[in-house]
Amino acid sequence: MMPGAGSRRAVALHLAVIAVLFALNFILPEYHRGIFSRVMVLAVFAMGYNILFGYTGLLSLGHAMFFAAGLYGAGLPLYHLGWGVPESFVVGLACGVVLSAAVGVLALRTTGVAFMIVTMMFSQVFYLATLYFTTYTRGEEGLVLPQAARRVELGGVALDLTNPASRYMIALAMFSIVLLATLALVRAPFGRTLVAIRENEERMRMLGYDVFRAKLSAVILSGLFCAASGAAYALLFGYVGSGFASIQYSILPLLWVLLGGAATTLGPLIGTLFMFYVIDITSAYTSAYLLLVGVALILLILFFPRGLLGSIRERWLPWLP
Amino acid sequence: MTDRRNVSSIIRNPISRRSALKGLAATAAIGTAPGFVRYSQAQSSAPIKIGFQAHRTGIGASYGRWYERTTAAAVKLINEAGGINGRPIEIITEDDGTDAARGAEVIEKFANQHKTDIVYGTLFSHVVVGSAPAAGELKMPYYVVSEGYHVASGKMNRWVLQPGITDVKAQTRSVAPWITSNVGKKITMIYPDYAFGHDHRDFFAPAAVEQGGEVIAQIPIPPTETSFTRYFPQIPADTDVIYHVMVGPAVLTFVKELGEFYGGSGPALFGFIDSLEAVDINSPGLEFLEGSHFWEGMPRYLQEGASEAEIAYRDAVGLDENGASVNDPKDVSTNAHSFGCWETLYVIKAAMEAADYKGPEDRAKLIEATEAMTEFAEGKEHPQGDKVFNGKIHQCFGHQNISVVENQKLKVVHRTSIEDGMYEPEADYTTQTL
Repeated sequence: MMPGAGSRRAVALHLAVIAVLFALNFILPEYHRGIFSRVMVLAVFAMGYNILFGYTGLLSLGHAMFFAAGLYGAGLPLYHLGWGVPESFVVGLACGVVLSAAVGVLALRTTGVAFMIVTMMFSQVFYLATLYFTTYTRGEEGLVLPQAARRVELGGVALDLTNPASRYMIALAMFSIVLLATLALVRAPFGRTLVAIRENEERMRMLGYDVFRAKLSAVILSGLFCAASGAAYALLFGYVGSGFASIQYSILPLLWVLLGGAATTLGPLIGTLFMFYVIDITSAYTSAYLLLVGVALILLILFFPRGLLGSIRERWLPWLP
Repeated sequence: MTDRRNVSSIIRNPISRRSALKGLAATAAIGTAPGFVRYSQAQSSAPIKIGFQAHRTGIGASYGRWYERTTAAAVKLINEAGGINGRPIEIITEDDGTDAARGAEVIEKFANQHKTDIVYGTLFSHVVVGSAPAAGELKMPYYVVSEGYHVASGKMNRWVLQPGITDVKAQTRSVAPWITSNVGKKITMIYPDYAFGHDHRDFFAPAAVEQGGEVIAQIPIPPTETSFTRYFPQIPADTDVIYHVMVGPAVLTFVKELGEFYGGSGPALFGFIDSLEAVDINSPGLEFLEGSHFWEGMPRYLQEGASEAEIAYRDAVGLDENGASVNDPKDVSTNAHSFGCWETLYVIKAAMEAADYKGPEDRAKLIEATEAMTEFAEGKEHPQGDKVFNGKIHQCFGHQNISVVENQKLKVVHRTSIEDGMYEPEADYTTQTL
C-alpha cells in the first residue's frame, strides 16, 4: 500500500463519515437524531481523551474535570451574568485550557499509575468544589440554563440551540472540526512525536525532543477538546450539574475510547455510539442492563482486544489513522 | 403487521366482483362483531400513555421500586374505575439510572419514540433538574414527585409541575414550630455539604429563628465522608436538639457513631425520614434512635385511627402494618415519599378530565387545567390528606407528620397544618408562554 493512497483513503473516509452524519439529520427518526446529537458532542470528549490516552500513552482518570470546566465555564456566565452563547462558549474553552495547563504542569511530573492517581485526585477536588460552591452551582442538583438564553445571532440569523435540527448541525460542526483537527494532528510531525513518546519516551528524550513540552501540549489540547464538548453540552442541552464532574465521567471516555479503538481517529465516535445504544436498547428489556453491558464489553475485549476500529485496522485496514 | 399484509395483498391482486362481495360480507360481519366496536373506537378509547421515568438503578433504586409499585396500584384502580375520559392509562416505564443526563434522554425517548401523552416520575432532584430543559423544549407536561424546592423556585419551566408532594421548604417550615415548642430551642444542624443539605440549612434555620429558636451550630459533612465521629465534638454542649438529614449508605454509620458518642444521653434528635427510607428501623445500630423524632410525609407504620382512604391505599399498594411489603417484611417501603405517585396520578386524572384531554395537541390545555386547580380534598385520591395547590409555582402544600420512635416503631405524635408550611411564592410560571 502506497502511503499516498492510504492518506487519500483516510481523508476520503473521514469526509464520508461527516457526509453520512450530515445526511442522517434528514433521515433519522426524531429520537435517534437526538441521540446522535448527544453522541457527537460526547464523542468530542472521547476524542479529546484519545489525544492523551491513545496517541500519547498517558492514562488519565481525571478528564471529567476538563469536561466539567467547559460545562461550568460556559454555563455559569450564561446563567448568572446573562452572557451570550458565543462568549460563554469561549469562556468554557478558556477554562479548559487554563485548567489543563495547570493540571498538566503538576501531573506530568509523574508517570504511569501515579499520573492516573494524580489526575483522579485533581478531578475529585474539582468535583467537590462544584458541590462546595452550591450557592453558585446548585451542586449535584444543578442548574437549568433558560431556554430563552440559549439563542445566538449569527450574521443577522437567529439560531435557536433548543431546535433539534440546529442542535444536530452545531454538534456535527463541532464534531467535524475536532475530527479533522485530530486527523491533521496525527499526520503532522507533532502527532508522530506524541506516538513516538508513547512508544519510547527515553529514546525521544535522547534524540533531543522536549518530551515534557510535547506532553504538556497534548494535555492542553486534550483539555481544550474536552472543554469544548462540555461547553457545547451545557449550551445545547441546557443543564449544568456536578454529576458531570464525578469519577463516572472520567471513566466513560476511557471506556468509549477503548471500545472504539485507542489511537484511531474514528474510534471515539464508534465507541460512544456503541455504548449509548447498548445501554438504550438493553435497558428497555431488563433493569440488569449493566450486566449485559458488562458481558458485551467482555466479549469485545475477547474478540476485539484493540477496540472495534483498532482491531479492524490491525486485521484488514492498516491505512486507518 | 396483519393490516399491512392485507393491504399489500389487495394491491397485488386486482379485485374481482366475487372477492369484492366476499369482502363486503366479511366487513359487515366484522362490523357487527363485539370486538370491532372496540376497534372502531380506537381513537377515542386508545390508552393514554404516561411515560414513567423511574429510578430502577442507581442510588435511587429503592425509591424507584416503591414508586413503581405505587404507580401500578393507582393505575390499576383508575383503570378499573373507567380510566381517564373513558380511556385506560398505559404506563411506559424507562429507567433513568438516577442520572441527570440519562433523565433528559429518557424524556426525549418518551416524546419521540414512545409518543407518550405526558411524562411523570421521579424523585431525585438532579434527575428532575436535568430533565426539565428537555421537557420544556419538547413541550411535554412533566409531573414530578421529587419534594425538592426546584419546581417552586421558578427555575424550571412551565411544563414541570409538582402537585402530589410538598417541597422541602414547606416541610422544614412546617416542623420548625413544633421542634422549638416541644423539643428544644437551641438547635445544632448536621447536614450533607451539598445542595440537599444546603436547602435544609437555608430553609430550616430562618424558620426556627422565626419561631423563637436558635441554630447554635451548623455542621456540614463533606459528601465523601464515611466516618463521622470527628465531627461530633463540634456539637455545642448546650445543644437541646440535633437536626440531622444525612442520606445515603453512610446514614447507618452516622447514627451508630452518634449513639456511641453520646452513650445513651445527649441532646434530643430530630431527623428527616429521608435518611432511613427503605431501611428497617430495627436494623442493628439504630437502637439509639429510640425516643427520637422524624418528619414523615406519610406515616410508614399503620397508625391507630388511620382513615379508610389510607387503609385502602396501603392495601392497594401492598403495605403491611409496619410499612413493609406484604410479600416480604424485610422489603421496607419509602412510603413517606411514594404516596406522592398515587396522588400525582389522581391529579393528572382530574386535570385531564378538566381539560377534556384528547391527545398531545391538548398538552397546553392540560398544563392550564392543572394550574387552575386550587385544592385537593382528602379521600381515596389523596389518602395522605387534603392539599392546597398554587398554580403559579406549580407546587402543592399539605400536612406533615412528626413521628417518634417508640418500641422501634414510628408513631405519629403531631400533624402540622397546611398553613405551617406556606410561604410567599417567588415565581409565576403562568407568565411564561406555552
